[in-house]
Amino acid sequence: MTQRRLSGWGRTAWTVADVVEATDPMSVVAALSTSGPRGAIARGLGRSYGAAAQNAGGLVLVNHLEDPSAAEFLLDADTGVLEVAAGVSLDEILRRSVPRGWFVPVTPGTRFVTVGGAIASDIHGKNHHVDGSFGQHLEWLDLLLSSGEVVRLSPSEQRDWFWATVGGMGLTGVVVRAAIRLIPIETAKVTVETERLGDFDAVCAAMADPAADDQYRYSVCWVDLLARGASMGRGVLTRGDHAPRSALSNGAQRTEGALDYDPKVRIAAPPWMPNGVLNKWSIKAFNEAWFRKAPSRRHVGLESIAAFFHPLDVVRNWNTMYGSQGFIQYQFIVPLERTDVLRAVIERFSSAGVASFLAVLKRMGAQNDAPMSFPTKGWTLTLDMAAGAVGLPRLLAEVDEMVLDAGGRHYLAKDSHVSPSAVRRGYPRFDEWLSVRDQMDPRGLWRSDLARRLSLVDTGNAE
Amino acid sequence: MKNGVGVAQSIVLFGGTSEIGLAVARRLIVPGTARLVLVSRDPSAAEMAAVDIVDRSPDLEVHHIRFDAADAASMPHVVAEVVSAIGDIDVAVVAQGVLREGHDYFADPATVSEVVGVNMTGVMALLYGLADRLRSQGYGKIVLLSSVAGMRVRRSNPVYGASKAGVDGFALALDHELTGSGASILVVRPGFVTTRMTAGMRKAPFSTDAETVAARTVAAISSDKRIVWVPSALGAVFAVLRSLPTSIWRRLPF
Repeated sequence: MTQRRLSGWGRTAWTVADVVEATDPMSVVAALSTSGPRGAIARGLGRSYGAAAQNAGGLVLVNHLEDPSAAEFLLDADTGVLEVAAGVSLDEILRRSVPRGWFVPVTPGTRFVTVGGAIASDIHGKNHHVDGSFGQHLEWLDLLLSSGEVVRLSPSEQRDWFWATVGGMGLTGVVVRAAIRLIPIETAKVTVETERLGDFDAVCAAMADPAADDQYRYSVCWVDLLARGASMGRGVLTRGDHAPRSALSNGAQRTEGALDYDPKVRIAAPPWMPNGVLNKWSIKAFNEAWFRKAPSRRHVGLESIAAFFHPLDVVRNWNTMYGSQGFIQYQFIVPLERTDVLRAVIERFSSAGVASFLAVLKRMGAQNDAPMSFPTKGWTLTLDMAAGAVGLPRLLAEVDEMVLDAGGRHYLAKDSHVSPSAVRRGYPRFDEWLSVRDQMDPRGLWRSDLARRLSLVDTGNAE
Repeated sequence: MKNGVGVAQSIVLFGGTSEIGLAVARRLIVPGTARLVLVSRDPSAAEMAAVDIVDRSPDLEVHHIRFDAADAASMPHVVAEVVSAIGDIDVAVVAQGVLREGHDYFADPATVSEVVGVNMTGVMALLYGLADRLRSQGYGKIVLLSSVAGMRVRRSNPVYGASKAGVDGFALALDHELTGSGASILVVRPGFVTTRMTAGMRKAPFSTDAETVAARTVAAISSDKRIVWVPSALGAVFAVLRSLPTSIWRRLPF
């Protein structure tokens, strides 16, 4: 056990905790025997942006399994059901499953997340509008409770506990194992249709129609928040699906090597960056280049899995690009009919001069049965900004109100700052989740900095 | 819990009627701040002094706790009382102090214990209590209002100067002790500050006001700084003053 300073991917709100590697149930139980009044939380690869996987003054159980054994990675070649230890990353899963013709049912913008983290955040990807979120593709999960007991939960067995754990931010227990239904693929390529859209209305119109958008398994739009005037909110829409063998041009490729998959992390960001390198001007230049790079007319092509799903993974530690001040990622969702709020939020950030390196818009599908799962029918917009920007707390509080007033909510895996009341307003089933959580963890063992800030667990000031 | 954009959810001010302390608190209170504790000798006076804060932030939970700044033995209990009221402490501002300008210590030498008791013994015990708490919670910031008066003690108010020299040095060493714990201490060294405490006194060069001290302090809290001089030129000025030969130092007009 070592004391370590931890933060989320955004490198803000650092706190110190006792950190223990615990990749199997036995070591989790052993580590828990040392936990003090400030409780414990599991941590995977630390990709949630805020304080979800850190526990100031308490215990953090790191569960990232680099090289799972055969027993920790059981892929049924007929059904595509993968039984896997929770510390295994999607990167590791893809390296082993893609060559055998299987793909993860949901992937976020990075493949460096663990299965445990994917369940706790109930992650979503570019296919949410048709396939839903990660929790919907589980056969079952094994959860280690604060009592030390491991229980198997599924949508049919102890379903309340199952759905409280999906999206439960690790506050119901430690996921130790799960069975995931993978999807079959014929090739390691994606057919991608790219379209440049001149303004925000065009962006919304292109994605709003389910009849058109639902024909694509994957659909997402990059939006330029710094473009002003007529081209405000212009974007590049990319949609696609896994390419069938027939889409490969080369005859030889169609038979051999169609499923070759070996993504590389090519560049490392410098270990330190001065604050302010990513500023309004540098990002404006980047956005302009990105927009121009996209073909002006609709274009269909083939892309690799890594290029299509995980473009940022090419740069290792890209999170250091914002310098020592760190950055936040603001992700919210509003109902489909509230494109006016999307526009108002974009205008508010744009007029405040808060640059965004990455702004992504997506139309989401229906909500699942998990009370704390983020995705629900609506538009989700995601933007990055430097954490040290002057006046940011006030600006964010203003935007939070706009989102909540419109019936929207914030994604806890990204959250850096919302108030306890924002969670209660945004997630109408919060109280229901809380009572199931308390039932699952009567002694209140599971704690995180996020849980403290948002009063997700009653600590009774007794820590 | 502090958040990802540098907002302290829970703030505690020791010396709840201190003008500089309250000015710092006012600037720390932004959307996201949920709790303020004012620890003072006289809670009703603190309540009066903070009435504008309550008016401006109706959702802010404000607590008052009484303490005797000279009672070193009570400090662990005071910290425990704060924690039982609000839980984790994100930022603790330690601003209690007495000046006793112009007091004739020759006539009554025993009165040094009043100034030393509040400014030094009490503060040291409080800082230990706070440091222990912040270390166990794995994060947190203590802000100590020191003074340039402690940088080279002047003849005009040597008891005050010596007490500030004492706590200043103590706080820097305690911060060193906290390395790696997640907790840290910021020492604020203002020059002459025009406040109630200094009303009627002759202004020294590089004088400043409570608002400026507060603005610089709040900016330093979200950085990794350990010392902040207000105005910042005083850092250089005192680098020179501290190394002046005694014969020259004694001829200076302040």
